Amino acid sequence: MSHFNHRAIWAIYRFELHRFSRTLLTGLLVPVITTSLYFVVFGGAIGSRMTQIDGIPYAAFIVPGLIMMSMFTESIFNASFGIYMPKFSGTIYELLSAPISAGETVIAYVGAAATKSLIVGLIILATAHLFVDVNVMHPFAMIAFMVLIAVSFCLFGFILGIWAQSFEQLQVIPLLLIMPMTFLGGAFYSIHMLAEPWRTITLFNPIVYLISGFRWTFFGRGDVGIEYSLLFITAMLLVCLAVIGWMFKTGYRLKK
Amino acid sequence: MASIITVSGLTKNYASGFQALKGVDLEIEEGEIFALLGPNGAGKTTMISIICGNVRASGGSVTVAGHDIVRNYRESRAAIGLVPQELHTDAFERVIDTVRFSRGLFGKPRNDAYIEKVLRDLSLWDKRHNKMLELSGGMKRRVMIAKALSHEPRVLFLDEPTAGVDVELRRDMWKLIGELRQTGVTIILTTHYIEEAEEMADRVGVINKGELILVEDKTALMKKLGRKTLTVTLSDRLHALPPELSEWNLSLNGEGCEIEYVFDTQAERTGVSSLLRRLGDLGIGYKDLNTQQSSLEDIFVSLVHQEKAA
Repeated sequence: MSHFNHRAIWAIYRFELHRFSRTLLTGLLVPVITTSLYFVVFGGAIGSRMTQIDGIPYAAFIVPGLIMMSMFTESIFNASFGIYMPKFSGTIYELLSAPISAGETVIAYVGAAATKSLIVGLIILATAHLFVDVNVMHPFAMIAFMVLIAVSFCLFGFILGIWAQSFEQLQVIPLLLIMPMTFLGGAFYSIHMLAEPWRTITLFNPIVYLISGFRWTFFGRGDVGIEYSLLFITAMLLVCLAVIGWMFKTGYRLKK
Repeated sequence: MASIITVSGLTKNYASGFQALKGVDLEIEEGEIFALLGPNGAGKTTMISIICGNVRASGGSVTVAGHDIVRNYRESRAAIGLVPQELHTDAFERVIDTVRFSRGLFGKPRNDAYIEKVLRDLSLWDKRHNKMLELSGGMKRRVMIAKALSHEPRVLFLDEPTAGVDVELRRDMWKLIGELRQTGVTIILTTHYIEEAEEMADRVGVINKGELILVEDKTALMKKLGRKTLTVTLSDRLHALPPELSEWNLSLNGEGCEIEYVFDTQAERTGVSSLLRRLGDLGIGYKDLNTQQSSLEDIFVSLVHQEKAA
């Protein structure tokens, strides 16, 4: 039986999606409502007083940023809870005693969390369409980018879930690090609108590259070149994979 | 019989510096019920956790059904079902879903007929659509056993199966374990209830402070290490034991009507006949004699006690 345990992956994947389905209403309604609120506030109230940004109407300009922001938080929360809960409730004993490799475990948990995060991203895109005309210039690149983002942030969430030893620790990184970095990362503005030195400082924020890259798939241009965006997202993916590999190898906070 | 689990030189040092296992060697035979006895913190759970994959060994090796637990972990783990000590369940899952999940996790194709059989055997079939949080503690324990059996393991580990379980349920659990054994599953249970080992086990291992201090066939163990208590019921009440009887280390019970003498059945001179002769010499009459085999509990306490003294 030294082969790939695809049944275990499927079992975990289904278990996780079933967990999400228990909170289906809030899980799907919240992004719709949040997006609508952003459009009313930023798109309607503020956007009407703003000129276009880089030739794009403000309401359309914030769509990629909104999708990214929700996908960042969704991915981190879903993936970190997915692995933190078994640790917290003790059911992790079964996972650790099962004939499943580290790779299979990650595929199952991260795959399920990324699936949900993708669904949320697409729902926000659909909701945005109700408020504003958004033409996606590179639809395949957009989907590919969303998949990359979902997987990378779910891997990051998975790391947090293994690292966290309390619910507070579970929340602290997304709320105190990712959220501010996203707001300052050009979700709602172009970094060209910033004065120096802030514009240069902002370039040290990796989120800038991710949002800019995603915006490129919509409008064919971003704050930075698309190649830098791809470089950053690939780097993030690889770093997360390396950290997870190390965690499983050493049993960090999983096995004594 | 062939051994299904081989533990050799197993050691475990926790990061805190605590040495939980100090070089344990053990062979478990296929089809037996093996009871691992020991006080709290002796290393029982650590040993099980290493064999099942929840804890890493610091040294030594383990094979399960011929597969090394590190190199061939897929094969070794597939052969094992584990029921941990604590009741860890997914509160919102339905009984049948959580059992099916376990089967899938262990790489087995879906088999509704088998799952139904397991649930029926454990009297869980009627509860299959209940959520875990709706079940009583005893029922949850059964579900955990069902999960462990869901992938048709050859070895079942029961870590303290009856800890915190009421007397009736404990009887049920014993019956259940007896039935499982009929199916050919090897069962390893840990307990600190000696009664449990005495009731069910074929062999007993005693672990204390990370060392396996004894592994023995249960009946042989009880015979070998067994002590007997001789109770002499006196015709007339004694107020105190006469000094002439001091060499036997007796105790006077039953308001002076009974003399109790504990002796080792294996000793060359048990001291029984000389005691009775001395009683006759002293003119102490008796109307009844009764001997009683000591329980595994007494054996256990004396073993652990010797360890401490050593």
